[in-house]
Amino acid sequence: MAKKQIVIDPVTRIEGHAKITIQLDDEGVVEDAHFHVTQLRGFEKFCEGRPFREMPSLMARICGICPVSHLMASAKACDALMAVKIPPVGAKLRVVMNLAQITQSHALSFFHLSSPDFLLGLDSDPATRNIFGMIEKYPDLARDGIRLRKCGQEIIAILGGKKIHPAWVVPGGVSEPLDEERRDKIVAMLPEALEIILRTLDWFKASLKNYEEEIATFANFPTLFMGIVGEGGLLHHYDGKLRIVDSARNIIKDGIEAHEYRKYIGEAVEPWSYLKSPYFKPLGYPEGIYRVGPLARLNIINRIGTPKADDEWLEFRKLDRHAVMSSFHYHYARLIEILYAVERMNEILHDEDILSTHVRAYAAPNCEVGVGMSEAPRGTLMHEYHIDKHGLMKSANLIIATGHNNLAMNRGVLQVAKHYVKGKELKEGMLNRVEAVIRAYDPCLSCSTHATGQMPLHVQLVDRRGTILSELKRN
Amino acid sequence: MTVNVLTLTIDDQQVSAREGQTIMQVATENGIFIPRLCHIEGLDPVGACRLCLCEVKGTPKLLPACTTKVSEGMEVSTSTERLGEYRKMILELLFAERNHVCAVCVSNGHCDLQSMAQKVGMDHVTVPYRYPKLQVDATHERFIADHNRCILCTRCVRVCDQIEGAHTWDVMGRGEGSRVITDLNQPWGDSETCTKCGKCVHVCPTGALTEKGRSVAEMAKQRRFLPYLTKMREEW
Ligand code: SF4
Ligand code: SF4
Ligand code: FES
Repeated sequence: MAKKQIVIDPVTRIEGHAKITIQLDDEGVVEDAHFHVTQLRGFEKFCEGRPFREMPSLMARICGICPVSHLMASAKACDALMAVKIPPVGAKLRVVMNLAQITQSHALSFFHLSSPDFLLGLDSDPATRNIFGMIEKYPDLARDGIRLRKCGQEIIAILGGKKIHPAWVVPGGVSEPLDEERRDKIVAMLPEALEIILRTLDWFKASLKNYEEEIATFANFPTLFMGIVGEGGLLHHYDGKLRIVDSARNIIKDGIEAHEYRKYIGEAVEPWSYLKSPYFKPLGYPEGIYRVGPLARLNIINRIGTPKADDEWLEFRKLDRHAVMSSFHYHYARLIEILYAVERMNEILHDEDILSTHVRAYAAPNCEVGVGMSEAPRGTLMHEYHIDKHGLMKSANLIIATGHNNLAMNRGVLQVAKHYVKGKELKEGMLNRVEAVIRAYDPCLSCSTHATGQMPLHVQLVDRRGTILSELKRN
Repeated sequence: MTVNVLTLTIDDQQVSAREGQTIMQVATENGIFIPRLCHIEGLDPVGACRLCLCEVKGTPKLLPACTTKVSEGMEVSTSTERLGEYRKMILELLFAERNHVCAVCVSNGHCDLQSMAQKVGMDHVTVPYRYPKLQVDATHERFIADHNRCILCTRCVRVCDQIEGAHTWDVMGRGEGSRVITDLNQPWGDSETCTKCGKCVHVCPTGALTEKGRSVAEMAKQRRFLPYLTKMREEW
């Protein structure tokens, strides 16, 4: 009988739809702009009463593009509930999977979602401003993007075992060790990935001068930056402590452990968005606005920690005397992170002990609260779980990367609106620029759009009384 | 002791059987597979799930193969189109009745309900899900009972009573309110009769009874013990 996967699953994926309102003052000048996310936040509810060991797989379903990132944060929260230190090789294998995820997700963001904007032009026809349009006009670059993404996806599949389910990452470590054959298979894929990313970086750097206007206006404003740094302030997506720097790259807080996050991060709720707006508590709301994600990570670290990526990082640092501010450079940062991911995976897979079979720790739940954090492609993810003494979930609090960036995204939209909205009419070109700003942050809701590269957008121009002056919609 | 030998046909195949055997037993001996869920070799059949219903010539009713004894000259059909439709419907109802989220279930990939759905070609549920609010009992030191995944097959009740002799499990309530319970509907962890042998966990067809500490898709059940224990019981 042919093998058939039966999918019986009432838990459907979160759908995103972006709505933006731009408010004009009495003189018709842009006064305020809001980016609303109408998003279902059901996951915190779904998990109540369930055994905590189900969480990694359940949480992995929050996002279709970065399931592995939620898997990591969730598994780490579960490790904390068990109060175990996971075997070092188990942790290394998780890191490899996480880096593969970063590679594939950044490749998707850069090549499929964003490069059509730069290459085909923001004013070009939305119907061909996508990966298909790219394949026609820039076949080599498009092919590179597809190959690179595939490389990341394949590594995840190889690690996940024959049955491709991400259940490989379990509380306490990973469920199966790596064997020589699979290790070699992954290692063999890396040289091509390295070539692609070096080539793409060269091309991107050479073309930066074409985007000066975007760089200057793309959410280019000072904020704090936050993210995880590893030991010695090196780039690390899986393990480490939180660091917060200001726009001059002064460290204003360092060494925050996962379980302390509530001391430093507040969550404001605004009527215009379901997304919570986190802020850095000591500075208050909304002054404590910060950004997370690739740009933030490259702004907070001391250095990267792999040779080629370090060179690129030094060059990137020269863009701005202080922290690199323009959100346009999220794209640049993504490319450097891919380079790091490829180099680092190669290093880890050559570690002597990587084939060790000691990859999992076992324990009953020993703590009633566990917090796990990791760096997802889009930024810091936090999962906080509370369980009863039998290990059943009482509650969960999640802060997702798009949430951290919520305030900054709003400010970015406002900045673009101020620059491009003139008068009481909205123009398609303006829509594209707003879209491009939001996309620079690569918020999770863009998952619903990756097939055609179109973001479902709804922009309203309103006056002070809330009367709609002009409206543009795209589905 | 002499045993009468009977002859009958199952799906147009001539077979012989011993008197007292069930259609299920004879079919299995002759390599004919009849879908089943509540039945498991080694425990007394109860005919609870109705998945094994067969057509018997001369009888207007459909008969469960696990509890119906064979008789001389019987003509049994086990896989007509009509039966196929009924089986799919039964499975759809089972999936819709409680909360089965296979992707995050500890039994994913090792579940009899899931594999039976694959076997009979039930690939989606056409009736509305009922989403009942059901409990997870994690009070036992070694096991978890998740009523969201229970199909009320009573395998746990039977193995605990017939093989282990503890009779910790039983069924309470009626219709959609039915639940399997431990002792007098006390938390499993407080049960004074449970010997912690784990037999119920391993005969349970789904992710309803599982071992603690298992992550998603890790709960494969070990059932090889059952025929030996039954045999020992018979010989003793
Ligand atoms: S018990 Fe079986 S059918 Fe039910 S959710 Fe678990 S794997 Fe799926
Ligand atoms: S707990 Fe398992 S064995 Fe017991 S009735 Fe429910 S499904 Fe059957
Ligand atoms: S197997 Fe016969 S009724 Fe369940």
